[in-house]
Amino acid sequence: MSGDVILQIENLHAQVGTTAILRGIDLIVRRGEVHAIMGPNGSGKSTLCNVLAGRDGYTVTAGRVLYDGQDLLAMAPEERARAGVFLAFQYPVEIPGVGNAYFLRTALNAVRKHRGLEPIDAMDFLTLVKAKMQSVDMDPKFLNRSVNEGFSGGEKKRNEILQMAVLEPTLAILDETDSGLDIDALRVVADGVNALRNDRHAVVAITHYQRLLNYLVPDVVHVLAGGRIVKSGDKQLASELEAVGYAPFEAAAGA
Amino acid sequence: MTTLDCHLQNFRQLDGDGPATVRVLRERALGRFAELGFPTTALEDWKYTNLASLAEHAFRLPDAEVPDEAAQLAAGARFGVGIELVFVNGRYAAALSSVAALPPGVLAGSLAEALRTHPELIEPHLGRYASFEHASESLTALNTAFVRDGACIYVPVGTALEVPVHCLYVSLARGDAIVTHPRTLIVAGEGSRVTVVEQYLGRGAYWTNAVTEAIVGAGAALAHHTVQREAEPATHVGVVAVEQAADSTFTSRAFSLGAALARTDIATRLGAPGAACTLQGLYVARGTQHVDHHTTIDHRQPRGRSRELYKGIMDGRATAVFNGKVFVRPHAQQSDAEQLNKNLLLSDDAQIDTKPQLEILADDVKCSHGATIGQLDDDAIFYLRARGLDAATARQMLIGAFANELIDPLEVAPLRAQLAADVAARLQAAVHPDGLALDRAPEGVQP
Repeated sequence: MSGDVILQIENLHAQVGTTAILRGIDLIVRRGEVHAIMGPNGSGKSTLCNVLAGRDGYTVTAGRVLYDGQDLLAMAPEERARAGVFLAFQYPVEIPGVGNAYFLRTALNAVRKHRGLEPIDAMDFLTLVKAKMQSVDMDPKFLNRSVNEGFSGGEKKRNEILQMAVLEPTLAILDETDSGLDIDALRVVADGVNALRNDRHAVVAITHYQRLLNYLVPDVVHVLAGGRIVKSGDKQLASELEAVGYAPFEAAAGA
Repeated sequence: MTTLDCHLQNFRQLDGDGPATVRVLRERALGRFAELGFPTTALEDWKYTNLASLAEHAFRLPDAEVPDEAAQLAAGARFGVGIELVFVNGRYAAALSSVAALPPGVLAGSLAEALRTHPELIEPHLGRYASFEHASESLTALNTAFVRDGACIYVPVGTALEVPVHCLYVSLARGDAIVTHPRTLIVAGEGSRVTVVEQYLGRGAYWTNAVTEAIVGAGAALAHHTVQREAEPATHVGVVAVEQAADSTFTSRAFSLGAALARTDIATRLGAPGAACTLQGLYVARGTQHVDHHTTIDHRQPRGRSRELYKGIMDGRATAVFNGKVFVRPHAQQSDAEQLNKNLLLSDDAQIDTKPQLEILADDVKCSHGATIGQLDDDAIFYLRARGLDAATARQMLIGAFANELIDPLEVAPLRAQLAADVAARLQAAVHPDGLALDRAPEGVQP
């Protein structure tokens, strides 16, 4: 089911301040694939997500990233989002005073504009978002609340998956979206990802635990240690990690 | 002393009409102003607001004519509902006003008229709540010396006025700088209910020196709004002095958007047990605007409750001052006071001097106060951009959210719409100075 290459990371080096975090990442993701990147704390998982999404404070010192053939690192964060890159945040930000529905419709219309589509009107949006909310098991009352304000950890993660479901990104990157979730919420995350699973989309799920992968069966599993991908394999690799832990891989990476 | 002379001369130009008590009040106030002169920055209450240029300027009183321009300005600001009292350069303009059928006993109209027709209702209150004894209050003395016209809202015992009273003070200066001294008197009788909006706007370089007095009777509720949207070169000085009786409720919402220099003092005395007040304010200043709010909540009797929230948004080289005093007097046991001032600085050159001040002389009280000064949250901006919003839209959304906390709850719907649009327009300019995103980098270029 693999299609064209959607994401191509070559020899990516990045640092925060003067500390090198990513030390030569190579990764190829094709449309239709679900990749899991697993790694211990400090291996560079969040840095990789942030560099891909374009957050300030990270310096790319070597390598390149191509998204659908374009130089991703040259694009502003909003251009990446409009072009179909979606980062589900590990810690979604609370934004008091900005309504969830208003925010999501503005975001959807920014993406639609990029795709050459007319803005969606309020009524059509409501129909769409309510259906999507049902699919992620979210009460419609969350539409009228401020973005993530006072949401529980699980509610915030559901809200991320809701945004993903509404924006229908070409490439979804999940930054430890599973951490701190109960089984029900985990299933919602997995369902959200599985709904994107077709030959046009791709998913990179970054996680510390194997747990999520029980629901979201990856095509490829990578082990990230010491800022490099030290091993790649099929879903069996996740089970192997569960059994032996990260220590052997960290030793191999010289981390 | 030439600076005072122009005002003393202005005074002599006026006829001495009105009841004897008012004439005496005016003379006394003029005398006090002549003694005190303009407030200077040597006074603690005027430390950060310098009126030197105002004091040196010769202002004249406006002519009596009502230019067409005034009608246009008023029309653009009218709510189209309720009672609307329009004042042009300080004088009541009946032709531009609309006074719907009023419940029996309610007065809502010109103060000059009310002084003629119902002096017995006005005299006991006029000049009683807005003190002009202290040096810092000299401009209240000046206003009082010039009490002629203004708005008078009198709501008798047990009466609820369901529609808002909108007092629209329009100033127009052509050529010479003019000064107006608008006066508003609100008497909310025992158990009454009334909503008042005072709006100030105009064109040209003028000075508005406004004073509002209000008495909120036992169990009565007054919702009061001051909306300062004066012309860009104008100066606005406004005082709101309120006396609250037992179990009364006073809600004040102050919006300060216009003028080159604006100073608003709002003071309420919880002078009887069980009185409650809410003071909210939003100031938006950019360019070289200067905006100063001084508030005083005086808990004098037991079981008072006060809630205060002032928010400021400053851009460019704007300067702002917030000084909020909360006094809890020895008798005022079981007072419950909360005060908060939050400021958003959009540029490195904008400045705020904030001083929340709590003075508690009772021991069984619940009080808190605080102030914050911050910039927009970078994490929130990134979150919005990561969902496809450009940086300028993201900033605008966050600034709007900060302001909307004080605009959304407004019950007077046309006011809410007007303020939402005006604040958005002013902030749009803040987000897009010269049409560029604030990042000063064209879209798509990595910083």
